[in-house]
Amino acid sequence: MKRSEEENASAMKTREDIATALAASGYIADAELATAISLMQLLKRPLLLEGEAGVGKTEVAKALAAAHATELIRLQCYEGLDQSAALYEWNYQRQLLSIQAHRGEDADAIEHQIFSEKYLLERPLLAAIRRDKPPVLLIDEIDRADDEFEAFLLELLSDFQVSIPELGTIKAVTIPHVVLTSNGTRELSDALRRRCLYHYVDYPDVDREARIIMARIENAGASLSLQIARLVEGIRKEELRKVPGVAETLDWAAALVGLGVRDLHDTPELVHETLMCLLKTHEDRSRVTREVSERLLGKVA
Amino acid sequence: MSCCDTTPGYDELDEVSRLVSTKLAAFLRTLRDNGFAVGLHEGRDAASLMAAGYAARPGLLRSAFKHLFSARKADWEKFDGLFDAFWLGKRVRSRSVTMGSAKSANSPSLKSLRDTRAEPSGSEAATDQVPSTDEAPENRAGEGRMEGASRAENLSEIDFRKMADPEQIEQAHAVAARLAKAMRARLTRRDQARRRGYRLDLRRTIHSNISHGGVPISLIKRRRKPKPLRLVVLLDASGSMSMYTGVFLRFIHGVLDEFREAEAFLFHTRLAYVSDAMKEKDSARALDRLSIMAQGAGGGTRIGESLQTFNRWHAARVIHSRSCVMIVSDGYETGDAALLGREMAALAKRCRRIVWLNPMLGWQGYAPEAAGIKAALPHIDLYAPANTLQSLCALEPYLAKL
Repeated sequence: MKRSEEENASAMKTREDIATALAASGYIADAELATAISLMQLLKRPLLLEGEAGVGKTEVAKALAAAHATELIRLQCYEGLDQSAALYEWNYQRQLLSIQAHRGEDADAIEHQIFSEKYLLERPLLAAIRRDKPPVLLIDEIDRADDEFEAFLLELLSDFQVSIPELGTIKAVTIPHVVLTSNGTRELSDALRRRCLYHYVDYPDVDREARIIMARIENAGASLSLQIARLVEGIRKEELRKVPGVAETLDWAAALVGLGVRDLHDTPELVHETLMCLLKTHEDRSRVTREVSERLLGKVA
Repeated sequence: MSCCDTTPGYDELDEVSRLVSTKLAAFLRTLRDNGFAVGLHEGRDAASLMAAGYAARPGLLRSAFKHLFSARKADWEKFDGLFDAFWLGKRVRSRSVTMGSAKSANSPSLKSLRDTRAEPSGSEAATDQVPSTDEAPENRAGEGRMEGASRAENLSEIDFRKMADPEQIEQAHAVAARLAKAMRARLTRRDQARRRGYRLDLRRTIHSNISHGGVPISLIKRRRKPKPLRLVVLLDASGSMSMYTGVFLRFIHGVLDEFREAEAFLFHTRLAYVSDAMKEKDSARALDRLSIMAQGAGGGTRIGESLQTFNRWHAARVIHSRSCVMIVSDGYETGDAALLGREMAALAKRCRRIVWLNPMLGWQGYAPEAAGIKAALPHIDLYAPANTLQSLCALEPYLAKL
């Protein structure tokens, strides 16, 4: 019993530690995300983050890397991503040169030589399992990659070893902290989902968004940040095609601070004109007219 | 990394008392019943979490389990209620997940549907139904009803049980399979024509040419794998379409089974996402879910609004650049025809092709006069008649060209 209490204490401490460490690197996490990260470390499972575009999924991984004071290795997924771009590739130019240089020698010896570590190019996935200090491996927008790649990734994430036909099996030196993000443009396979811890990242509430602005934008005062966060919340409730994410909020806050705005109510004109930071389609821009922006501003205390 | 480097051993797992393990097992069973994909591995992890002190506070345990057991957004939203109901004895506050689905889940007909259907499918079920043919309009919802738009929201339901007729399901599957094959083949050829030559596989080329001293004599090439077409079917289940709903539902069933990627939606005054329900393995459950979603089927049509819902909530997920959207509707719009035009334009921007199948088009002397179809026509790539499976078969060459 005593032992479990101790562990309990250590778990709690870690969770708070995680939250403070993330905050120190500029990410304001909610309690649930801190739990997710502590679980991720305890169970050694990858963390799958889902949510709308621009809610700060990628930022989680960046902040996590900063909190662990370790390297962030990022693999951006896209359609047609294959092993040679994700895992490893041979350095063809050097291999060809080497073959020319050793012309006339025993073919077996040449083959043995050109398929050695020296000619191997590490790509993100291989790099991530060969670091001495476990890095944060961010597999960004996994939904953009195709099913085949997903299946391959699954194998890597369960065994943490890679087999290179010419070289043999390479086992992981350390197990990286794996963070996967998905925008939900494609349904991921159940197998991958089961491997991972799941966390849904939602738009932050007003209070958290204000704290995010203060953490990220220099010279953003508390009252201005709160005003911005409230206005953005109002805008998100409008019928928009592209709902502004946290990144857009930060852009806008930076713009306002840069223009020397202290209070949104002082400069309604400027507020309306700088809304281009938030609204990214022509349709949305024409929907949020001057009247709408004034109405929204009116609701902000 | 800093805290718990060792995975919990057996002695630690022993700390989870037998009682708690039994309760945990029961909870896992509850989760499985609710559609969570929870395996042995998750169970073991859950036990080690409890041993590691996450069970200290209900809130903490809930949050920890939520991350462990959820696999998708639907699970994520459902989990808190399930957890509270099981561990804290609170009532589950169910949340409807499907956009545009019926608000209340306890439709009276759900119960009656269950009661009247003792066996889900098979010979017994087939005997107590009149085997319906595609041509004959036997749907009772269609009887004594004028063909045309109606503004009323009819809450009676389309009889989806006809879907369970094995012979017709087989037929529908056959049509869908042929269609899938034709459309896939066509897309592959397009893909190749667009490609400028083949890519060279350097890795393999060098490997196989070592015996030539590295001079690439025999080249090894790569070809891009052709991608399957995704078919998204939007079926009008309004009153004016009631004669054809059954036919097309069977067809959708076939499409979902035969195409590698397919999604299905049903719309009338609202839009309902039905792929999940129709993919359900237990056919009785599938019918139940479908009839809940189809509440309001057989009433008026708001195509524009339904498309708006589709564009706003589903399009980004469901449609990609190789998607073909098939709308099955008579185009009798009771809502705003201008809105329909706008939404069709938005949809046309997103997907590769739009096919509009109109059952009425087969009728003699029919002209697309309805305001809805007039607004939609400029954005449609193929506008064709279809009211039976046979006519769908006849369309195959045209659909294959898309």
